Amino acid sequence: MKPDDLPPQHGIHIAGLQRRFGARSVLEALDLHIPPGQFLAIVGRSGCGKSTLLRLLAGLDAPDGGRLLQPAGQTVRVMFQDARLLPWKSVLDNVTLGLGGDGRQRALAALAEVGLADRAGEWPVRLSGGQRQRVALARALVHQPQLLLLDEPLGALDALTRLEMQGLIERLWRAHGCTTVLVTHDVAEAVALADRVVLVEAGKVALDVSIDLPRSRQHGDARFVAYEQHILQRVLQGPAHAATDLPASVESYRFSQLNWAL
Amino acid sequence: MSQTLFHRNARRAVPWLVPAALLAGWQLASLQGWLNHRVLPAPSEVLAATWRLAASGELLRHLASSFGRAASGFAIGAGLGLVLGLIAGLSRFGEALFDTTLQMLRNIPPLAILPLVILWFGIDESAKVFLVAFGTLFPVYLNTYHGIRSLDPALLEMAKSYGVSGGALFRHVVLPGALPSILVGVRYALGIAWIILIVAETLAASSGIGYLAANAREFMQTDIVVLSILLYALLGKAVDVAARALERRWLQWHPSYLTTH
Repeated sequence: MKPDDLPPQHGIHIAGLQRRFGARSVLEALDLHIPPGQFLAIVGRSGCGKSTLLRLLAGLDAPDGGRLLQPAGQTVRVMFQDARLLPWKSVLDNVTLGLGGDGRQRALAALAEVGLADRAGEWPVRLSGGQRQRVALARALVHQPQLLLLDEPLGALDALTRLEMQGLIERLWRAHGCTTVLVTHDVAEAVALADRVVLVEAGKVALDVSIDLPRSRQHGDARFVAYEQHILQRVLQGPAHAATDLPASVESYRFSQLNWAL
Repeated sequence: MSQTLFHRNARRAVPWLVPAALLAGWQLASLQGWLNHRVLPAPSEVLAATWRLAASGELLRHLASSFGRAASGFAIGAGLGLVLGLIAGLSRFGEALFDTTLQMLRNIPPLAILPLVILWFGIDESAKVFLVAFGTLFPVYLNTYHGIRSLDPALLEMAKSYGVSGGALFRHVVLPGALPSILVGVRYALGIAWIILIVAETLAASSGIGYLAANAREFMQTDIVVLSILLYALLGKAVDVAARALERRWLQWHPSYLTTH
């Protein structure tokens, strides 16, 4: 199941995608279409298969069945939860990894984008966790990927650094315009960043919500909270319940306003 | 100001008090005749012997001879160990082909094959070089192999997903990642090389520091015997300092070598 040729304007098509590990089926018959340029967030409980889906998109793993159609020759870059910087290379050399010719100039520019140009000559062990993730982000973006995959990139950071990083990711996504898939277990993070949030449960898409909020989004905003609560409740219900409808916006408003009043 | 400077110098001198006292006591005991110079020569006699041998050029000849054997034996043994370790670490077939053989040979103490080596090569140069090579191959092999196999798979996966493969993957990821382990093997091998050389030169040689010591023993020249022991210590120390300098240079990035600034 190689990614097949597809014109870029069609985005990514996933149909009946399956992945098993031994007897355990992690993904079964997953369908998803990701239009080009979309910021998609995938949420779900631990072990729901969201990271497996990301690895399949990255080509780090092969599916057992179904179809995964991606534009031919697109550049895919992954940002992992652990920054995975090479400790024996300076910050700049880490970003230059895999680049040819004018790599150093482009890497310096990418480091400037994430605000770390002054740390270019530093060893990775000297950086904080947030700084390492910024270097990893620069390293991913310097390749001008058509598809950027973020595998819980902020999971290990403290709350304040997370918010900073979310702002940075949003700003750079808007500047680069690449299709972005973010895997996270933080629903608020998904609502803050994504055009669309997909809940993966028992190897299938259980919920698919478009986030119709202007950017940059405020975490305390009533509609923000409504989206967050709706998705979170569906996550907590678990797979026993059938997929619920999209929120009746009036109802959500009432709920969140009540929350707000308290 | 001068007070603190005095204190600092005093503190630096403290570790040397005991050796200095021992040396002075030793010299005094020799001068007073309490210590038979056939048992232990006076430090001044050792110094005089050093001067005598250095002036005649004999000292340099023996030093060069020992150093040459250690260097060529180490180059062959460590080089072979590195190449075999890289092959076994990088390819499953290579590992299957000769890892078992090397693990069996590794259990032979290098000095146990000394009689056989003398039968093969006599007391020729090649005997010592062969023994040193045999002793240094295994530590370098094992640590190279182990260093490659214990590379972080997450880093390898990252590099591959960033389009780094083949020679570039080896240069940028595999070799630097295995280097700390390889250098541990190198330092261990250097220590082994000296021990093997000392024994081999003492038993079967016509030049070198070990020969110098063995020859001096025949003529009861205890001053030269003591000098030879000191020379081995100095050479061993010099090689270790060089190896440490190499580590500090190549492993700058490593948390244990990072200098604070």
